[in-house]
Amino acid sequence: MSRHSVGVLGSLRATFMRELLIIWRSPGDMVNPLMFFVIAVSLFPLGGDPSPAYLSGIAAGVVWVTALLAVMLSMESLFRGDYEDGSLEQLLLSPQPLYFHLLAKVAGHWLLTGLPLVLLSPLLAMMLALPEQAYAPLMLGLLLGTPTLNLIGAIGMALTVGLGRSGLLLAVLVLPLSIPVLVFGTGMVQTALAGLPFTGLAALLGALLALALSLAPLAIGAALRISVN
Amino acid sequence: MLSVSALHCERDERVLFTGLAFTIAAGEVWQVQGQNGSGKTTLLRVLCGLNHDYSGGIFWQGDTITRQAENFRAGVFYLGHSPAINKALTPLQNLRWFCAVSGFADDTAITAALAEQGLRGYGEVPCHHLSAGQQRRVSLARLALSPALLWILDEPFTALDRHGVAALERQIAAKAHAGGSVLLTTHHPLQLDCEVKRIDLDARARQQALSA
Repeated sequence: MSRHSVGVLGSLRATFMRELLIIWRSPGDMVNPLMFFVIAVSLFPLGGDPSPAYLSGIAAGVVWVTALLAVMLSMESLFRGDYEDGSLEQLLLSPQPLYFHLLAKVAGHWLLTGLPLVLLSPLLAMMLALPEQAYAPLMLGLLLGTPTLNLIGAIGMALTVGLGRSGLLLAVLVLPLSIPVLVFGTGMVQTALAGLPFTGLAALLGALLALALSLAPLAIGAALRISVN
Repeated sequence: MLSVSALHCERDERVLFTGLAFTIAAGEVWQVQGQNGSGKTTLLRVLCGLNHDYSGGIFWQGDTITRQAENFRAGVFYLGHSPAINKALTPLQNLRWFCAVSGFADDTAITAALAEQGLRGYGEVPCHHLSAGQQRRVSLARLALSPALLWILDEPFTALDRHGVAALERQIAAKAHAGGSVLLTTHHPLQLDCEVKRIDLDARARQQALSA
């Protein structure tokens, strides 16, 4: 095989696969947020009232808030390694379109840290005695919501990556921006429980995702240029 | 190739360099000299477009680097203090990604570049199993792969053994003979079989202090 051009798509695939490989090689980054999600949710029946009537009332909120925090926890590894070893500089200096590379990177990150949360959520919903008709809106909501949260979190992470440990600052920057996702996400579950159609709220979550997909990479790119400066 | 006019940069209210002007032509090797903290790394980062806190003009092929952004990025290779090598990945995986973001795929060339750096057989070993010098060599293997015209190298000789230093010096000279250009900082006395032009930041700072 000799030198051949791979084009933009090929280089995007390389960035995506690299992200998957990096997370795969450091399983802690993938498993820790998931463990946090499971353990934090399972503390609620222990700390509060274990009766199904009480739990089913708070289930949607508990799963969503914990998922939100788990996503924030997973963001730490998104740019940290690349910033420290200098790969981020190489990405910023490459002639490739940064916008799409950042999308590919966040997509890879979501696939291994966000998607497992979505897949695990019905199990936790069952533990919190959530009625069965609410599983579908919960999962659909998380499926549309976690990528949005990943993209928002990536903006905060890009801004704080140069500051060493960014934990609390990241939360202060990012959590207020995630409120709409949380409101619409839990709203979907509540409307389904009330027997009403939840497609309207799902469409709103989808719109938020579309907005984040189109604008967040620009903000992430600008924030990274500031951080590397 | 790359020219600079009236470049001024200050950091923490201290002027690092001012009125800096030079032109790097094809086939030239330039060395930036100066003591620690004199602004060598800052100058290199300004020139490759990573640092934006400067005033003055930087021109690539006769046009400003903001207008030539894509050509400029394709034409410049930057090697910083950090190796840009992910330690969880193997040298092959690291270099494949580097090639892909440079726009091509070429496993034969990657294997050859690794062999040239004395890393034959290390292609599939995760980088955290390699020594500091070997990681540096993985990073330097990118020089042979990069299609860039201008190399900007910040302390490229760090952590290299004697043979590594000699090989890199030959590679730099070969780049210049082939019509490329190299701008580097180093505290190591260069032994190249080609002319080296110098930018002395210390001398410039002394002149400014006298004239002020």
